[in-house]
Amino acid sequence: MIPGPFSYHRPASVADAVKLLVDLGEDARPLAGGHSLVPMMKLRLATPAHLIDLRGIAALKGVSRNGNNLVIGAMTTQHELLASDEVAKSMPILHEAALLIADPQVRYRGTIGGNVANGDPGNDMPALMMTLGATYHLEGAGGARDVAAADFYQGAYFTALEPGEILTSITVPVPAAGHGYAYEKLKRKVGDYATAAAAVVLTMAGGKVATCSIGLTNVHETPLLATDAANAVIGTSLDAATLKKAAAAASAIMSPAADARGPVEYRKHVGGIMVTRALQRAAAIAK
Amino acid sequence: MAKTHVTMKVNGAEVEGLVEPRTLLVHFIRENLQLTGTHIGCETTHCGACTVDIDGMSVKSCTMFAVQADGSDIITVEGIANADGTLSALQEGFRMMHGLQCGFCTPGMIVRAHRLLKENPSPSEPEIRMGISGNICRCTGYQNIVKAIQYASAKINGVEFQEAAE
Repeated sequence: MIPGPFSYHRPASVADAVKLLVDLGEDARPLAGGHSLVPMMKLRLATPAHLIDLRGIAALKGVSRNGNNLVIGAMTTQHELLASDEVAKSMPILHEAALLIADPQVRYRGTIGGNVANGDPGNDMPALMMTLGATYHLEGAGGARDVAAADFYQGAYFTALEPGEILTSITVPVPAAGHGYAYEKLKRKVGDYATAAAAVVLTMAGGKVATCSIGLTNVHETPLLATDAANAVIGTSLDAATLKKAAAAASAIMSPAADARGPVEYRKHVGGIMVTRALQRAAAIAK
Repeated sequence: MAKTHVTMKVNGAEVEGLVEPRTLLVHFIRENLQLTGTHIGCETTHCGACTVDIDGMSVKSCTMFAVQADGSDIITVEGIANADGTLSALQEGFRMMHGLQCGFCTPGMIVRAHRLLKENPSPSEPEIRMGISGNICRCTGYQNIVKAIQYASAKINGVEFQEAAE
């Protein structure tokens, strides 16, 4: 369980990190918390010749409120998200989801930037960021650009990140006051990836769903937005027939892999149940 | 592969070493520093036996390179005892409550519980169980580990430990 040899770099600025990535080429990988990459390196499933450790770049840390957005630095750890009063107050679903990631030790090291940029369909933050309408800020040799989370994921471990680019921050619109939210994650044990998970953010008006967004984790090679399911509940009071319709619409776009977490039909079935539970819980806490 | 010079503080003492970048922190601690209290269990980030405290965070030292810990302040299980060499409240709790059987997970459990009690000196039982959810014990069923941490919490807060009825 010893990784292959590599050279270690610790740049002090994003510009230096980008320059290293460009100069060293495709054998170089940025290193954030390392809790996806280092295990892959120990298994020799990843053998980068150069690691560019981003931890020395102070500008990549922290959570701040900018108008109606939260701006989260890529190197902010899950533990720091959990400790943030701003997150707990204005975006409680982010707190709830972070608490369901891995275990305490991993949350001290694992970063939101690594979680969203790695493109691992098992990671929880990508579907949540799509649900919240987040935008990723990418910096590369050619300058900076913004990509919507919904447009970022192209396949398992394939994203819109170009060679030489680093995801530096995430801008997340703060949901409306009184919104309902839930992240329902079925997992076999603490530390496991989701068998299936669903994120719901909605608003209610007069007992009926006014707006709704639904995201799905680990039921496809990319995170998914369940747009048809969300549209099916808007204007309803989430009666039993509507919930069934929404779960079916969500299950229809799932194509999970059969693995130790269960066969395809099971994972689609429980994926629908996660959507139902998340809708019910979100509606119950919406004001 | 060229070696990199690292310095860090471990259990209050300044240490240094030459390591390959790929040297895992747990190997540096056990082999270079000869501090073998930190155990290697699964080597896959699951079991928590290799947990050490780095700059106030519980970290699985099998999932971090020594070069990443350059400049940091580390506590291993060897640094948990009181300054006069007597057992800390946590160590005493594990002894009094029989919080171990084979003992393999114990260094990681104690180092993790150390940070848990620093952050939350009076955790509820569910908070203790979630707090040590990154540490696996295959002997005890966790019951006595939870009691050991409750014992330490009571002692730190200067109150008498009352075992909950089972």
